[in-house]
Amino acid sequence: MLSLSIHAGGLQLNNPILLAAGILGTTGASLCRAARAGAGGVVTKSVGSLPREGHPGPTIVHVDGGLLNAMGLPNPSYKDFQDEIDTARKGGVPVIASIFGSFAAEFAQIARSLKADAFELNLSCPHAEKYGSELGRYPDLVESVTGAVKAAADVPVWVKLTPNTADILELGLAAQRGGADAIVAINTLKAMAIDIETGYPILGNRFGGLSGSAIKPVAVRCVYELAGRLEIPVIGVGGVSTWEDAVEMIMAGASAVQVGTALLKGYGVFEEITTGLSRYLERKSLTLEELRGLAGRRRS
Amino acid sequence: MKPINCIIEEVRSEAPLIRTFRLDRNFDPAPGQYVMVWIRGVDEIPMSFSGPDTITVQSVGEASAALFSLGRGSSVGLRGPLGNGFVLRGKRILLMGGGVGTAPLAFLGEQAKSASMKVASLLGFRCKEDLIFRDRFEALGDTIITTDDGSLGIHGRVASGLKELDLFEYDQIYLCGPEMMMWDIISRTAEHAKKTQACINRYFKCAAGICGSCCLDPDGLRVCVEGPVVMADRLLESEFGRYRRGPTGGKGPCKG
Repeated sequence: MLSLSIHAGGLQLNNPILLAAGILGTTGASLCRAARAGAGGVVTKSVGSLPREGHPGPTIVHVDGGLLNAMGLPNPSYKDFQDEIDTARKGGVPVIASIFGSFAAEFAQIARSLKADAFELNLSCPHAEKYGSELGRYPDLVESVTGAVKAAADVPVWVKLTPNTADILELGLAAQRGGADAIVAINTLKAMAIDIETGYPILGNRFGGLSGSAIKPVAVRCVYELAGRLEIPVIGVGGVSTWEDAVEMIMAGASAVQVGTALLKGYGVFEEITTGLSRYLERKSLTLEELRGLAGRRRS
Repeated sequence: MKPINCIIEEVRSEAPLIRTFRLDRNFDPAPGQYVMVWIRGVDEIPMSFSGPDTITVQSVGEASAALFSLGRGSSVGLRGPLGNGFVLRGKRILLMGGGVGTAPLAFLGEQAKSASMKVASLLGFRCKEDLIFRDRFEALGDTIITTDDGSLGIHGRVASGLKELDLFEYDQIYLCGPEMMMWDIISRTAEHAKKTQACINRYFKCAAGICGSCCLDPDGLRVCVEGPVVMADRLLESEFGRYRRGPTGGKGPCKG
């Protein structure tokens, strides 16, 4: 089978299909399982500086074409997470620690204290007060947080952006100015669902983030816009569940692709996507590099 | 799926802190499967079926207390049935349970009896007042009861009833109860682990197999979708009985 190995965002990856943050990333064992199932890299559940239990349930709702969630950043704090990362590394692929905070120094403190192969800055969770997109929608904060973590960390720093903004490119440029090694786009779209029997919003937090197939066209557009203008790699995430979706995301300009909600079908999704992608490249006689950003080069 | 609106048709008190809620819908669950019960405005919690249209709940926290405040005619939102339940195997089976964990076993035993299987039970409770479903179990076959305080049956933990039984006589053993009770049984009867199905509990958030909060070390078994019924031989070399993760994902002691 054709090699899918790539160098992206400062990491050497066996293949470009990674496990997205927040999915089966609470324990080292489940991350390891994703690695053994064929993920080219795994991103942990986001960890912050203090333990959080997250929002009350329901924490997820299935909706047409996707999934709505409001987990609320549950995590044991970075002080109680190194063991999980160390276990995850036994899977043999890079482990990217997703981290969150409410100001630059908090992010930097976590990055200084944790040992991982890279950091992914959660500047995009749409449903946690004082965190995520509440910072990540301001370009100046994106730049300063990125800069602070870059100064604190000796491994690559990826910045995960929110689509809940008028101009995602502005956020990408800010992360690039801050020194990011890669952009990860996109996080979930802020959304809600209401129980029509009673009028209660279904999610315990009322609002949540929409993921899954429904948001793929939004993600493809964001990746296309970012990859067309940035000098750093863009990692595409949002609604990828098949190899065809991954091809589309790479054509939009993604150097690597993360998979999240598709794990509802089980861990087999990694092998399905990598096998399909590999066969596609063989059939088209293309390399991953030639595929990347193809849509941007097609004119008239 | 979105939560399905269900009306509570009947509430029965089984013990001081245990109630059974009968719903207006038969979910056709396998015993051991669970349902996520949304008490609107409060939380969503997993509950085991004690019959095709009943759940039996022990009041332990805010959400179950809120459920206890609901009476006949009130409604809840339900997702389920979820997970893998017990699988009936063989001709002669043994049910071993503790406390409210006996609820899915009564349901299982009734299905076994309709399938002409021979059923025996070993059940443990804190005290006589906490006993539930005695009639249901006694209608199934031989029933041994233990109580921690000796107020009924054998004085001691569930495991103290093991000496009354020869486990080699049973084709399959079914276990459900507090973690330390199950661990006590599994570790004492390890030679029967390959024929023991245990219905276990972890902290469920999504109940869809993607958030990762219920994953069991060392294999990362997703208890919410690959369990909650797990073969006991898989538990012997796992975190089960040693530690468990709470709502933050941090490790803590097993209780009960």
